[in-house]
Amino acid sequence: MVAVESQSIAFGRLRWGVPLSDLDRIVITGVGLTAPNGNSLPEYRQNLLVAKSGVVNYETRYMGPVLAGVCNFDELRYQKKKDLRRGTRAGSIAVYCANEAVKDSGIDWPNVARENVGVYIGITEHGNVETENEIYEISKFEYDTKVWSHHHNPRTVANNAAGEVTLNMGITGPHLTLGAACAAGNAGFIQAVQMLRLKEVDLAIAGGVSESIHTFGIFASFAAQGALATHEDPTKACRPFDKNRNGIVVAEGGGICTLERLPDALKRGAKIYAEVIGYAMNSDAKDFVLPDSNRQAECIYLAMKRAGISPEDVDIVSSHATATEQGDIEEAAALRRVFGNSPKTFINNTKSFIGHAMGAAGALELLGNVPSFDDGIVHATINLDDLDPRCALPNLVINQPREIGPVKCILNNSFGMLGINSVVIIRKFQG
Amino acid sequence: MTSDQIRQVILDILGRIAPDEDLTDLDDARPFREQMELDSMDFLDIVMELRKMYRIQIPEEDYPNLNTMGGTVEYLLPRLKDVPVGA
Repeated sequence: MVAVESQSIAFGRLRWGVPLSDLDRIVITGVGLTAPNGNSLPEYRQNLLVAKSGVVNYETRYMGPVLAGVCNFDELRYQKKKDLRRGTRAGSIAVYCANEAVKDSGIDWPNVARENVGVYIGITEHGNVETENEIYEISKFEYDTKVWSHHHNPRTVANNAAGEVTLNMGITGPHLTLGAACAAGNAGFIQAVQMLRLKEVDLAIAGGVSESIHTFGIFASFAAQGALATHEDPTKACRPFDKNRNGIVVAEGGGICTLERLPDALKRGAKIYAEVIGYAMNSDAKDFVLPDSNRQAECIYLAMKRAGISPEDVDIVSSHATATEQGDIEEAAALRRVFGNSPKTFINNTKSFIGHAMGAAGALELLGNVPSFDDGIVHATINLDDLDPRCALPNLVINQPREIGPVKCILNNSFGMLGINSVVIIRKFQG
Repeated sequence: MTSDQIRQVILDILGRIAPDEDLTDLDDARPFREQMELDSMDFLDIVMELRKMYRIQIPEEDYPNLNTMGGTVEYLLPRLKDVPVGA
């Protein structure tokens, strides 16, 4: 791995969008994922192109039937049954995706210095599933707390998902599970880029995960808010930008990448999926749940400024829209403001296929678009049969994928409650 | 419950908390930890399962009695002798 370089120089170059030194160029070299409609990038991408949904009917405790995006990956590929019993669903998803990413990266894993590897995994919420399970369990014993599990604390500490990855893979470098509401997937990538640029680690395993379908509370809370989607056909329930949208479909999933400094990746002849050229995070400072198009637009502009690009340089915008009334309207306003005069920028949405994968959403939504660098196709936003005029956007790719020719730049939005906004911009690697 | 029935209860518990282990040839005289992957958290699972199933409170100072299958059965027999199977 490369030697440490002056951090102050690197920071200055990053902050003002001045061309970065190669040591500050961060690339994605491996991808591992599980989505409700695919357990590898090729499978997931193919299903995004053929409009295969991953949303199904789902039974949740107390509430009965709801709709959810459910993953069916091979839990025992990298863990024992005992690991699954002791750990969490978020941990299991993270372990699967992290191992898949490292395997995909082709890195000589047995000889990687594990103390120089960092694990940064975004998550929307954590501990609800495990706490609900324990309360349900003690309810069968007249709420006798003596039967409360000793596993509760290690399952619910906020670093759980990333920590389980380090346990499973023998990683002794730093790990963080980043709580960032539904901006968390992007936040994981951003943390990785920052730590690689600071030379804190030499390899980052980063992204986002969600186990949220296993807590009734998240469904009940969205229902109480009037924001839980219903539809007689589960595959049509998630309808961003559509007049007949009626809320969120909660999903589980994970999207994790290996990220490296460019010289390291080149030195080992790595396959490079993309280069992360810009990012930004900011806060609305306005409302617990309602988004703010002005701050969203500012976040997009800041990411582009750091990347040194203009709106017309962006080929694909992966929108965050969750199919809530106000959320879609606000993001559409932000996108019109930024990309309204950018005729070659195309906009899509992944949640329409898989639901809202919460902490994994930002990661999965970015990764599902990465193959566009190779095939020049933008996957659609589906279930858009009657466009809400308040959500009208130029070049919104509706219901059918679209060939747009060479794709060089993709921008990924991911926003969350408490007014957290995140944007990641990636570029096709060009040497 | 008889000694054999208690042994079967413990085997069932071990099967749940250590599902990857083959318990077919478990030696009742040797410590569990010499025969299977069983750490302190797993051991607490045994105690917890017995608490849930039979409302037995096993004080910490008695934990050494539960190191082997033989010791566990011997420790539990007077406490469970009047408990019917499946209680």
